[in-house]
Amino acid sequence: MRQTWEMPGGVHPPENKTQSLQYCIGTLPLPERLVIPLDQHTGAPAKLIVSVNDRVLKGQMLAKPSEAVSASVHAPTSGVITAIDDQPVPHPSGMTSRCITLKPDGKDTWSERQKIDNYRDASPAELLEIIRNAGIVGMGGAGFPTAVKLQPRNPIDTLIINATECEPYITADDILIQERPEEIVEGIQILTHILGNPEQVLIGIEDNKPKAFEALEPLLAGTNIELVDFHTRYPSGGEKQLIFILTGKEVPSDGLPADIGIVCQNIGTAHAVFRAVAQGIPLISRITTVVGEALATSRNYELLIGTPISYALQHNGFNESDCARLVMGGPMMGFTLQDPDVPVIKTTNCILAPSHAEAPRQPPAQACIRCGMCAEACPASLLPQQLFWYAQSQNYERLEAHSLFDCIECGACSYVCPSNIPLVQYYRAAKGEIRKLQAEHLKSDRARERFEYQKRRKEKAEAEKAAKREARRKAAEQAKARAASGAETAAPKQAGAADDLIKAAMARAAQRQSKPEEQIERQQRALASAEERVARAQQKLADAEASGTDQQIDQARAGLADTRHRLSEANRKLSELQAAEQSQSITEKINASPKALLEKKIAAITQRMATAEDKIAGTEDPAVKQALRDGLAKQQRKLEEVRQQLAESTDAAPVDKDGAEDAAAQAIARAREKAAAMADMSEEQKLRETVNSLKGRLQKAEQRLADAEQNGSEHIDALRSGAEKLRDKLAEAAAKLEEHS
Amino acid sequence: MLNVTSPHAHDGLSTADVMKLVLVATVPGFVALTWNFGWGTAINIVLAVATALACESAAVALRKRPVMFYLKDYSAAVTAVLLGLALPPLAPWWITVVGTAFGIIVAKHLYGGLGFNPFNPAMVGYVVLLISFPVQMTAWPAPYLIMPEGITPPGLWESLQIVFPLLAGGDAIDAYTAATPLDVFKHNTGLLAEQLYGAEPVFAAGELAGVSWEWVNLGFLAGGCFLLYRGVFTWHAPVSMLVALALMAAIFYDGGSSTSKGSPLLHLLSGATMLGAFFIVTDPVTSASSNRGRVIYGALIGVLTFIIRSWGSYPDAVAFAVLLMNFAAPLIDNYTLPRTYGREKSRRATEKQE
Repeated sequence: MRQTWEMPGGVHPPENKTQSLQYCIGTLPLPERLVIPLDQHTGAPAKLIVSVNDRVLKGQMLAKPSEAVSASVHAPTSGVITAIDDQPVPHPSGMTSRCITLKPDGKDTWSERQKIDNYRDASPAELLEIIRNAGIVGMGGAGFPTAVKLQPRNPIDTLIINATECEPYITADDILIQERPEEIVEGIQILTHILGNPEQVLIGIEDNKPKAFEALEPLLAGTNIELVDFHTRYPSGGEKQLIFILTGKEVPSDGLPADIGIVCQNIGTAHAVFRAVAQGIPLISRITTVVGEALATSRNYELLIGTPISYALQHNGFNESDCARLVMGGPMMGFTLQDPDVPVIKTTNCILAPSHAEAPRQPPAQACIRCGMCAEACPASLLPQQLFWYAQSQNYERLEAHSLFDCIECGACSYVCPSNIPLVQYYRAAKGEIRKLQAEHLKSDRARERFEYQKRRKEKAEAEKAAKREARRKAAEQAKARAASGAETAAPKQAGAADDLIKAAMARAAQRQSKPEEQIERQQRALASAEERVARAQQKLADAEASGTDQQIDQARAGLADTRHRLSEANRKLSELQAAEQSQSITEKINASPKALLEKKIAAITQRMATAEDKIAGTEDPAVKQALRDGLAKQQRKLEEVRQQLAESTDAAPVDKDGAEDAAAQAIARAREKAAAMADMSEEQKLRETVNSLKGRLQKAEQRLADAEQNGSEHIDALRSGAEKLRDKLAEAAAKLEEHS
Repeated sequence: MLNVTSPHAHDGLSTADVMKLVLVATVPGFVALTWNFGWGTAINIVLAVATALACESAAVALRKRPVMFYLKDYSAAVTAVLLGLALPPLAPWWITVVGTAFGIIVAKHLYGGLGFNPFNPAMVGYVVLLISFPVQMTAWPAPYLIMPEGITPPGLWESLQIVFPLLAGGDAIDAYTAATPLDVFKHNTGLLAEQLYGAEPVFAAGELAGVSWEWVNLGFLAGGCFLLYRGVFTWHAPVSMLVALALMAAIFYDGGSSTSKGSPLLHLLSGATMLGAFFIVTDPVTSASSNRGRVIYGALIGVLTFIIRSWGSYPDAVAFAVLLMNFAAPLIDNYTLPRTYGREKSRRATEKQE
């Protein structure tokens, strides 16, 4: 006989377990529709992989795990998916959630099943993958994905199988053990194999299930699995409580069983693992106790996931008018269902339909007399009367000091409270409130940190500036002092030195100021990145609108507006820069004397000739050489011509400089105006504008060409090529415009 | 469908049941008192209960709460019965009325009613009376067993006339009073304990710790054991109080010398010891919350009781000790939280976050 430890507290409500154990596990005919929620477990909802009107086979995966902690969902029978929408699900809040509605075709055709004949040949990783793909979650009630729980962060020396079933009324595990003990034992062995054969494997069972004990015990001969029974007391089946009863160890308050080398699994989970591994059956059905005095018969059923609870009730002679409340789970921790049509899910271990006599309404709560019966009943050794006192006064600090979060909400305190106070309800509410406050606290902490960081940064910048100012002031003082001391001896020299200083400073400033081309280039980069940012912000807004909260949407909108503003800023700056550059080149052109222009032309031609000579030297092909030489000769002639002109122009009168400057100013103003106008225009408008101006210029150029031809001017060639160029440009711009609109 | 939160099952015991159990448990002590001291206690209780219910109704009505809902919790009745048991039998009617009214109105409802009173209402009423009317409060009738020859104890009608002098039509009837065992020890000058036991009829006629008083205390002990068995309270506070009291008595017994403060048995079975240990110290509203806290709370009451009995100016001291410790209960609570599951040691209620 193995030693067990006495759990502190606990209560022993009427067991009410015999009603549902009169019959063997039953099945129900296929219902007309099955409603399969995507979120039946702890963790992220599963991700849909089928769509409406798909035909699916029994056991086919309908949704896959979306994250590490998530579980897949399978078709419980073959049929057609008729809807994927939000429907009421079994949840204390009575909320709706995304569900797949499956209309069975009645054929119950299996999809392909992959079995493993001998699990010992498979690696733990393979088995874990099977378990994960089979959508197995803890069958005891919490529905935590089993594959995750089987990959503990610490080495495991003890596997505990929970067959306690301490809640009154529920007999799902009991009957499962009685009828399928072999499958359970193999399931447990698979679990041991996955966990690397822990030293001890213990099955914990309360002594009110003698038949289950007798069914299981003979099968354990020759295995290292030990069946341990202990006396019946609620809530011995709580994971933490069971671990203490069987090992005397306590799971640390903020830790997991794995922290003390223990993994705990429900016995129903072991059975589901067996089915997944040895028979290739994913989790598509479960044993559910359907019980209560509002039913004609109470019985355990193997129900398909998605079966409407009302369907199971009707098959057992449900008398709705006599039903006090409809509970999913047991009377101690189960929650009431507002809608009897919600489906059976993976964690539905019991459907309780008590009569009014069985579950009378609680009389109104009286004052707490601090009798301490709750403290005697608390399995976590809390002081429920103090927790209640502080929950009422919303003294959250005291609540935390009284370890509110160690409360497992078993309901033992409420059960014994002579004043009928709904203690657990107070604790749940207080926990929710504290969590909310913590979240807000965290948020404000972050905001404060950000603010302080910003403040520090500003202070630092300010200090640096002040230091620079100070340095400059000192330098100036020194210079002054030097000037004063040297004034008598070398006044003229001093003046010269000051002049030099100013020149040097100007040169430095000029150097610092980058060339216009660079500025434009930088601005173009800025523009590109602003455009990218706008695109990103738009994407974000779209995302937020699809799935986010109002607040997120507002934020995204504000972000988009901000980036758009920046984009237009960048646009404006670029246009300004371009205008400035253009105006500068215009000024240069106008200001330059014809002589300078000619000199420039000579330089360009000389350059061209040099490249041509290089090319002639570089090529072997005689034809190419000849062509290049012709070109060179042409250039040579041009050069002569220009030199001639230059020689003539030196004698000519100087250009009217004032007039030129006026013209330049006008041109600059025009360019600026145009740039300003351009900045506000859309891309298309800009293009259209460009095309129009090119058209105008082309017209003028053609006009000039025609005049020149009439006058037999020597510039015909140049004019012709200029018009040619304009025509090309116009064609290009027109094409762009076409493309754009 | 009804939408409520778990649990959906409830144990049968209610607050009214708890109070009724307490009332039932006072029966043996009440019988012993009546057997030994006459009708006085019964009259006290009836008067006190009537006063208490009237005051409770008035207070609840003034606070605009449903009157019957609160009367049905029996808490006012328990307070009244406990005070009636503690008062000297045959005390004038106004003593009982004033004490009960003060307990219910001031000590209970001014603090917020049941569950919110920091002091035990019955003990507040008792102490107010003891301080204000010491003559009436220290006049205990002589036990029947040691009545002098030729004196017949008062019957029910005589008793009523003593309590309500108006009924006697001006011919005031006097009750025959006698010193209680604790009085005797308190005023002992120079006699050895043994001599005292031989000389004083209150001891000479007794078996364990003074005639009649031992039976009254044994009656309350029996009632206390019943409540303990029924799980109305835990053993921690009463047992630790009794042990502390007995230990103190053993330490200062001094071999029964002339300065002896009395044997442990005398202290355990005299005065209000058992009534206090099982019906007053166990009052959950005003005591410490945790079991550890209750051990400390009970023990300190035992020690204080002995100190005041021995060196204070009152022969009995349970009421004072209880009220003093009522003050200390919240402080004790702060430092005696139980160690909860999964934690290495117990925490303090004053622990701050971060």
